[in-house]
Amino acid sequence: MRIAICVKEVPDPSAEKRIDEGTNRLVRAGENTLNPYDRHAIEAAVRIKEGPAPDTEITVVTVGPESAARSVDRALAQGGDRSVHVADEAAAGSDLLGTARILAAALRRDQYDLILLGQQAADAECYVMAGLVAELLELPCVTQAASIEVGDGSVTVKRQVETGYDTVRAQTPCVVSVSDAINDPRYPPLPAIMGAKKKPHEVLALADLGVDPASVGAAGAGTRVGGLSKPEGRGDTVLIEDDGTAAEKIIEFLVEKKVVA
Amino acid sequence: MAGIAVLCELQGGQVAKGSLGVLEEAARLGAAIGEPVTAVVTGSGLDDAALADLGAHGAATVVAADDPRLGAGLAQPVVDACAAAQEAGQYRYWLAGASIMTADAMAGLAARLGAGIVIDAVELVADGSDLVTRRSGLGDSVLAHCGFATPVGVVVTRANSFAPTEGATGSAPVERIQPSFRSWSEGVELVGHEDAEDSGPDIGAADVLVAGGRGLGDAGGFAMIEDCAAAFGGAVAATRAVVDAGWYPYSAQVGQTGKTVSPKLYIACGISGAIQHKVGMQGSGTIVAINKDKNAPIFDYADLGVVGDLHDIVPKLAELVRARG
Repeated sequence: MRIAICVKEVPDPSAEKRIDEGTNRLVRAGENTLNPYDRHAIEAAVRIKEGPAPDTEITVVTVGPESAARSVDRALAQGGDRSVHVADEAAAGSDLLGTARILAAALRRDQYDLILLGQQAADAECYVMAGLVAELLELPCVTQAASIEVGDGSVTVKRQVETGYDTVRAQTPCVVSVSDAINDPRYPPLPAIMGAKKKPHEVLALADLGVDPASVGAAGAGTRVGGLSKPEGRGDTVLIEDDGTAAEKIIEFLVEKKVVA
Repeated sequence: MAGIAVLCELQGGQVAKGSLGVLEEAARLGAAIGEPVTAVVTGSGLDDAALADLGAHGAATVVAADDPRLGAGLAQPVVDACAAAQEAGQYRYWLAGASIMTADAMAGLAARLGAGIVIDAVELVADGSDLVTRRSGLGDSVLAHCGFATPVGVVVTRANSFAPTEGATGSAPVERIQPSFRSWSEGVELVGHEDAEDSGPDIGAADVLVAGGRGLGDAGGFAMIEDCAAAFGGAVAATRAVVDAGWYPYSAQVGQTGKTVSPKLYIACGISGAIQHKVGMQGSGTIVAINKDKNAPIFDYADLGVVGDLHDIVPKLAELVRARG
């Protein structure tokens, strides 16, 4: 079968992040990394290929600046066969709908049986991309999959909902987002990391996809950030590395906060 | 475009509390920006008398879509129902409190309408005659004030952000609509459902919760979590990932599809901190996170973050707490 995985490069969660006060956009300078939740989607695809459908081809699809190629390689190292990377300055500043439009256009170029996503992006905590992309592609959609079983012309998914567990069957082609409960992603071995660069990479501009630049990017955004404010609540995180005395330091912290006597 | 539509979700035959809270918030906001509020309810075998009661929570009108295809809790048929309501009502804004179903339905509706969508909104504010959301960002360290550039705006609010009033009374007229279903919306079918087993201890009452996630490595890791919780005189909590993996019972699960807790102290061990977990425990007094991955999102909203191996730290912590008596 043909599987596409939508991935995103996100700022390293441990790096300091800020929002540019001129543009109100997240400053993505500094270290970036593959969205950790996407690794579960890649692992799910690899397990389909290792198990019921050995002739599976796995395509990694992303929208992002050229520098996101590093995260594409990281995804390929985990088990992708080829990549489609939409890199276009006019895509910068896309909101959720804009990003979904570009992804949908990139996915429409090929016939995929299954389009996988992670449950959310780690940076903006967006958990609706699957629903947006599925509707634009006019495909059935299942989110938060805890398991995927591939059948003939359908996939069966178990998912946790508010009242318990649902088992649903979706006709393929379809869009599925996977929860972080679905698997424990493997770390790729060094040769796979080295080999990722040599896999077929396609880098495309919006024009290659027939996407109107006015419908995406900052210009086409349906949402407008008009300002920023500081929320009430928690202060900064005190972050320490364990040097063998972490337990003592936790106690000191809790005593200082008067949580323990 | 006029008015605010609120998608109200039925859970176990009742309108979910989260939906009622958002409906009331919409009514407050609607009064400020001069827009009436419509509650949109979808399901199978709906009872008009029960729906009319949504008037008590701020609905001026209730629009009901009743069809067997809307009874399975699947999101895509609900997109068709909302689109039918939109065609009839031409609403300016759509709101829903986040749940597994509503978030997906609002995403589908936004894509169908070409409408801007804001998720994870924690406040709704009137700006003249417009609605502006306050959307939490960067690990809750900043609130972005997000408005809309499209004729219709779609908002998903963070779970548990708005609580409904108890004992309110009132009534609203109920109108019925019949959606037409798209082929792809009928491409998913519910083939089985198991109710979650919820018979364990009540973790909501504990002052201290020690919570375990995937970082424990395996189910056996919960032994040290239980020991640490006992040392603190607290209870054990778990993430969805480990509950789904069968490491710990559902009754201990904290998160959007689980319990909402607010203990004085929450110690998160080997938990990455996905949003679906965060919404269940962000009201905790003090949050301590232990994780060997310095990139774990939970470090964004912990008071104390410890990068290290929980297998070393947790047993020692239990020992130190016991030593203090």
